[in-house]
Amino acid sequence: MTMSGPFLELTGVEKGFGAHGVLRGLDLRVERGAVLTILGGSGSGKSVLLKHMIGLLRPDRGQIAIEGRDTEAFTESDWISVRKRIGYVFQGAALFDSMTVFENIAYPLREHGRGTEEHVARRVAECLEAVGLPGVEAQLPAALSGGMRKRVGVARAIALQPEAILYDEPTTGLDPANSRRIGQLIRDLQSRLEVTSVVVTHDPVLCRMVSDEVALLERGRLTAQGAASELEGDQLPAIRGFLEGGALDWSHTSAERGEGAV
Amino acid sequence: MSPSGEQAGSVVRLGGRALSIVDELGRFSLLAVDTARVAFRRRFPLQDVLVQFESIAVRSVSIVAVTALFTGMVLALQTVVSLARFGAKPYTGSFVGLSIILELGPVLTALMVAGRVGAGITAEIGSMAVTEQVDAIRAMGADPVRKLVLPRVIACTLGVPLLAVLADILGVFGGLVISAQSGISPDFYISTVTSTVTLADFLKGISKTFAFGWIVASVGCHLGLGTRGGTMGVGRSTTRAVVISSIAIFVADFFLTKLFLVL
Repeated sequence: MTMSGPFLELTGVEKGFGAHGVLRGLDLRVERGAVLTILGGSGSGKSVLLKHMIGLLRPDRGQIAIEGRDTEAFTESDWISVRKRIGYVFQGAALFDSMTVFENIAYPLREHGRGTEEHVARRVAECLEAVGLPGVEAQLPAALSGGMRKRVGVARAIALQPEAILYDEPTTGLDPANSRRIGQLIRDLQSRLEVTSVVVTHDPVLCRMVSDEVALLERGRLTAQGAASELEGDQLPAIRGFLEGGALDWSHTSAERGEGAV
Repeated sequence: MSPSGEQAGSVVRLGGRALSIVDELGRFSLLAVDTARVAFRRRFPLQDVLVQFESIAVRSVSIVAVTALFTGMVLALQTVVSLARFGAKPYTGSFVGLSIILELGPVLTALMVAGRVGAGITAEIGSMAVTEQVDAIRAMGADPVRKLVLPRVIACTLGVPLLAVLADILGVFGGLVISAQSGISPDFYISTVTSTVTLADFLKGISKTFAFGWIVASVGCHLGLGTRGGTMGVGRSTTRAVVISSIAIFVADFFLTKLFLVL
């Protein structure tokens, strides 16, 4: 394990569902300790890209390296050890709706045998505290608002104290106030836990709020990339264009969500 | 399109359909193998199995009981009338007993479970798949096969035989009630059943139901996990699960019966 170099590196990644190419030779480096925002319109392959980072989807071609280790020969148990270290926040939160908030957040802790039930309870309370929702342990996900569900999703993703957190459209479906709260939460976790974060979104406000680094995904490739500070200048015209609503990509449909593969 | 073009098109469609069936069967087999493999890993999910056993087997008792009872009764009703034409009314018990224990008890139980439980399994896992809850299980480093599939397959494979035993008993009892009304004494009815139906018959009938239970749960889980396309997709998968497992039960029943006759 090398501590220098990028946390994650994708080289020439291609992925298609049926005849439909979603990722078409994508190159990406995710640097340690920064927030990388990947912008893209609906159907540009953002979620598919994110799912490749923890092996929920495997590429048809190309390489994915995690801390310098090529994942091509990874077995499921190699991936499990990766997934313990990378938290994943799903677009719709993906909370288990038959379980309480407590059981949802305790799930990864129990799965990986992290301590006694007392430890688990304490860790669950800590995670809920971190996302600003103390005391909702006994609720069922269906009883929570959309914004609260997303934050519980974040709490579950940080339960195992991951080194990286991947956010899939964290503000989709939220009102502006809740979106801001999620943005602050991402920034807050970043500075307190010193994690590496990847955020995929089409929300310009969120992008400006959280990013250290910004990349634009169009038609299965990254077409522009740069530091967030460069957004205010003229260096990144394509990304500015997207943020201001000029570059929507309507060309794809449901393959975005990784549908068509288990 | 020219006639030859049309022909070529239909050949291509036929080929595509064949390939997709082979593909589906392949993925089903992989899931079945995977399920068998995780069954022998450490940390057997006993708690999950018990929860599923309750929801799959215990809660199916009432529909299986009603189905078996009425099947036994209607069978006796028909049999009494039919056999009376040959003056063979006293054989009603033998006829009802054999029919219920060899075929109707096991198969009707399996079909009722396919309708109730198979649909439920597919709807539940399918909803989890389309809301990314299955991905969430994987993302947290857990295995959906061990978490979702294994408990259901075990509970259903062991639950259906128990339900079938209940169906056998209630089916024969239903026959007894109707026979008694037609002037066949319960004692005589029971003695004709026990003198005709052997323990081997009973075991043949019940042993088929292990396979039926496995089919219902495995098909349900497979189609649930493969669900795409939101709520409509869940509806489609659920319908397919009931249709496919019901057909598979009939086909498996024929071949298992054939096999037992050879043995």
